[in-house]
Amino acid sequence: MGAPDGSSVPVTVVDYGAGNLVSIEQALVAAGAVVRRAERADQIGNPALLVVPGVGASGPAMERLRAGGFERAILDWVADDRPFLGICLGLQLLFETSDEDQARTLGVLRGHTVRLDGAPTLPHIGWNQVERRHDHRAFAGIADGADFYFVHSYAGAPQDDDVVLAETEHGRRFTAAVARGNLLGVQFHPERSGRDGLRLIANVVGLAAEVA
Amino acid sequence: MLCRRVIPCLDVANGRVVKGTRFVDLVDEGDPPELAERYAREGADELVYLDISAAPEGRGTLLDIVERTARRAFIPLTVGGGVRSVEDMRDVLRAGADKVSLNTRAVEDPELVRRCAARFGSQAVVVAIDARRVIPTEAIPSGFEVVVRGGRDAVGIDALAWAQRVVGLGAGELLVTSIDRDGTKAGFDTGQLRAISDLVRVPVIASGGAAGPDDFVAAVRDGGADAVLAAGIFHRREWSIAAVKAAMAAAGLPVRAVPDEAEVA
Repeated sequence: MGAPDGSSVPVTVVDYGAGNLVSIEQALVAAGAVVRRAERADQIGNPALLVVPGVGASGPAMERLRAGGFERAILDWVADDRPFLGICLGLQLLFETSDEDQARTLGVLRGHTVRLDGAPTLPHIGWNQVERRHDHRAFAGIADGADFYFVHSYAGAPQDDDVVLAETEHGRRFTAAVARGNLLGVQFHPERSGRDGLRLIANVVGLAAEVA
Repeated sequence: MLCRRVIPCLDVANGRVVKGTRFVDLVDEGDPPELAERYAREGADELVYLDISAAPEGRGTLLDIVERTARRAFIPLTVGGGVRSVEDMRDVLRAGADKVSLNTRAVEDPELVRRCAARFGSQAVVVAIDARRVIPTEAIPSGFEVVVRGGRDAVGIDALAWAQRVVGLGAGELLVTSIDRDGTKAGFDTGQLRAISDLVRVPVIASGGAAGPDDFVAAVRDGGADAVLAAGIFHRREWSIAAVKAAMAAAGLPVRAVPDEAEVA
C-alpha cells in the first residue's frame, strides 16, 4: 500500500511523553508510511499526515503538548486543513475543554470532552460496534458496525452535529469518530483493532497521500 | 454492545512463556512474540503479558521482549511484572503496552496506583488482585484474602476492601485471580468474582482455574466478569479461542467474531 505511485508516505507521530507509540508506528509502516516521531514541534517536518495518538490524562497531556510547542503547530496544521489523525486522547484534545483534570484543550472542534457517566462499566474497555452516520473513505472496505477496540472513560461531545462520523453505544451513544475536511478523529484504537483497524489506517494514509 | 473479552495470558520467565502452577514446575510453552501473533490470528481480544521473573529477581520488565511482542500483534497488550514506579510504567507503555498491571507493588505502595492513574489515566492502570478463600475473620470479613508474591504470602487484607480501595485510587480494571483455583482446572471461583464485580464499576477480568469453554461462560454469567483470562489451555491447544467464543455466543454472551484472516502484520 502507500501512495498511488508506490512511494512511501511520510507521516509524523506527535510524541508527548505518554503512551504507546510502538503500535501506531507499526500499523503506519504496515500501511506504507515512513514514520518520524516528533518530540518538539520543530521536528514535525513536512509530512503528508500528522498523527496525535493517545494514552494519558488530559491535564498532563496538554502540559506536554504546550511544552513541546505543539499547541500552535497543531492549530496551524488543522487551520490549513492538512491531513490529521487524532486517536483516543488525540481526538479528545481537539475539543475546547475536558471534564478530565478540567483541562483547557486545543479548541479545534466546538464542544467538550465529557465523562461517560451512566455507563454500565467505566472505563469502557473492549471491542464495541462502530456505527457510521454517513460514508467516509477512511472506512472503505470496513463493514458498518464492525468491532473496534476502546479503552477510555471520556469522549468528545461535538457541538456541531455535522462533524460526527460514527457513534458507539455504551450505556448511551457517544461520538466514536469525527471528520471535518482532512481531519479525522477516532475514539477507538485502530492500531489495536486487528484487521479492520489496519485497513482504516491504510485508508487514512492513502487519503493523505492523495492530498499531499 | 460491549463484547466480553477472551484473553490469553503469557507468563514470561527469562524471556520465555512458561506455565506451571504459579512459579512451581515451570514448563516452557514458547516464544512470547510468536504466541502473541498466533493468538491475535486466532481471535484473542487482548493479551496479558506477565513478566513473572522480574519481581523475584528484583529487576524491571524486560522491555525488548515487550516491544517485540507488541510489534507482532495488533490487539491490545497489558503488561505486568517489574513495574515499581511511574517511570517504569512510562517505559513499559513506550515499549508498546497499552495498559500496565500492578500487583505486589501496589500492596506495598497503594499511592503508586494514584500516581500512575494521574499521569496515564485510569484506563491504563490494571490492578491484579490475587486472592484465596479463608475462614472469615474480623480482618477478612468477606473470607477472601489478598496474597502477594505469586500467592505465597498472605498480607491480612480483605480482597473486597482492597478492590474498593484501589478503584478509589484510580485503578481502571481489576484482574482477579483465585490462587486456590489457579492451575487446578477446577473452574473459576465465580463466588469470589461475583463478590468483587458487584462491588466495583470498573471491568473485572477473571483468572485462575479455566478448564474449558463452560468455565468462561460461568465466569461471565455467574461471576459477572467482563473478560476471561486463561493460559495453559490455550498454550497447549486443549481449547481454541474460537471454541471458547462459540460457547459464549451460544450462551447469549456478546463476543467479537473470530477473524477469518490474520490479525497480524
